[in-house]
Amino acid sequence: MSNKTNRRDFLGMSFAAVAAVGGAASLVGMKQAWDPLPSVLAAGFTTVDLANIDLMPGKPQIFSWRGKPVFILLKTAEMEKFDGDLVIGDNRYTVNIGLCTHLGCIPAWKKDGWKCACHGGSFNANGQQTFGPPPKPLVVPPFSLEGTVLTLGQEGKESKAMIAARA
Amino acid sequence: MAEIKESFFSADGLEKRLAGKKFWKTMMTEYWIPKDINFLWAMGVVLATTFAILIVSGIFLLMYYKPDTALAFDSVNYTIMQEVAYGWLFRHMHGVAASVIFLIIYIHMFTGIYYGSYKKGREMIWLSGMLLFVTFSAEGFSGYMLPWGQMSYWAAAVITNLFAGGSLEAWGLVEWIRGGFAVNDATLTRFFMLHVFLLPLVIIKLIVVHFYTLRIPHVNNQSSEDIDYDAEAEKYLAGNKKESKVIPFWPVFLSKDFAVLGIFLIFYFYLVFFNYNFAMDPVNFDPANSMKTPAHIYPEWYFLWSYETLRGPFFDMFGLKAGDIGLMIFGFAQAAFLIIPFIDRDPDILPAHKRPRFFIWFWIMIIDLLVLTVYGKLPPTGANAWVGFYATAVFLLLFASMPFVTKADAKARGAL
Repeated sequence: MSNKTNRRDFLGMSFAAVAAVGGAASLVGMKQAWDPLPSVLAAGFTTVDLANIDLMPGKPQIFSWRGKPVFILLKTAEMEKFDGDLVIGDNRYTVNIGLCTHLGCIPAWKKDGWKCACHGGSFNANGQQTFGPPPKPLVVPPFSLEGTVLTLGQEGKESKAMIAARA
Repeated sequence: MAEIKESFFSADGLEKRLAGKKFWKTMMTEYWIPKDINFLWAMGVVLATTFAILIVSGIFLLMYYKPDTALAFDSVNYTIMQEVAYGWLFRHMHGVAASVIFLIIYIHMFTGIYYGSYKKGREMIWLSGMLLFVTFSAEGFSGYMLPWGQMSYWAAAVITNLFAGGSLEAWGLVEWIRGGFAVNDATLTRFFMLHVFLLPLVIIKLIVVHFYTLRIPHVNNQSSEDIDYDAEAEKYLAGNKKESKVIPFWPVFLSKDFAVLGIFLIFYFYLVFFNYNFAMDPVNFDPANSMKTPAHIYPEWYFLWSYETLRGPFFDMFGLKAGDIGLMIFGFAQAAFLIIPFIDRDPDILPAHKRPRFFIWFWIMIIDLLVLTVYGKLPPTGANAWVGFYATAVFLLLFASMPFVTKADAKARGAL
């Protein structure tokens, strides 16, 4: 009798083991089917030549990078100087991903900072949160600088410095 | 299995094979419903019918809809609305039914809370019902994305962002859900799949479970009386229909239901033909644009109360970021009503008007949800932010106080 029971137990456990491995493998496959596609990951670089975009001081422009808006602001002389500024000659720039760090709406520029319509969050010209639910400053996209040309998506020392200053 | 000799091609033979009469008896003619009920007990059939309307209208929309970011907006707003014969009707029926079904779900839910139909033997009905509510919410959200207008896009962006978990910064999870860095074509197509296949399948299964969990404990009644169904059924079957406290589901109970259903459908088709605009936000008639947020983003009316709990706490407290607190409360709000059977400490099943403290609790809850709903639509600035904050606090306090409120009622009645 006990002999038989053991055989059944063994069969049951073997079945459970095979089912568990098969189930886990299928889950991994299904998970990967939902990952961003290679073509989406590859199309991740945007270049902006700051000398050619007629940026007016105090009026940020919006560029599209990986389907997200990127704000580039040329600061006016009155705006506070900030360690994280991107400095080219006499010009000081702020570079942000233009998505509120609360829930991802696009904040609008109002005179001297960004205000988000969704839940009332505000950010100053340095991209730091000043009011409302945003838990942290606007995100700095990875970028590198060559002369006046920004390459969004390629991490460089300039974006690292800006990220470090904001944290 | 007993061998069946009667021909397959005879009524008798089929009956022998399938026992349809017995099934019909169990599910219909001898499924006993209390007499002591009112129109609020008809909401289940109203919901089932509205769901059927959603499936049928959805099938017709599905034949012309294109789940592709380049084609979706025009396939809805041009092809379906202007070219397909009665396409406008199917769209308005689908949109209005999606909105109205939440109104009925809320009525159904709060009827259950008022009459204590969630406890002492009926917990499984309550839990399966709340799972249906959560799945219907996912169904509503995924469907709202499909017309690919501005509200579709930004609702999708905001809601998928929630999965980053605030300061947890689980961006990998968000990008996995979206299939990209931002809401994109892959997001639209996978939510299309969820909306037209996986979630409806889950809903249909949950409805079956919901019906099944109701069949054994039976439906509650207006005075929450504990009825001996066997004894009352015997009276009814013996012809003492007047003395019996029960009626069969079919044809007696359903005939009442159909009367209520008739009134509901007149209301529903009035909305479909003359007032469909409330379910058609004008902002969503601008095509999706990832570079421009609408001035003010708000969800459909049925999500407003939980949305308001998300943004209720707008300043940091207890060493936590405002956004994280909001997210935690929002997460709790989605599942809050699931726990009601387990925090009600009153041992008796009674309607709220026989539980004086719970009665007050119930109406404060209704008022608070209405306040949250109204302020969820208003811009979160100035005094509005404070109303939202306090209404969110009241919502949490109501759940925290429920064990004590219900216990105090039981003590006053002498039941504890």
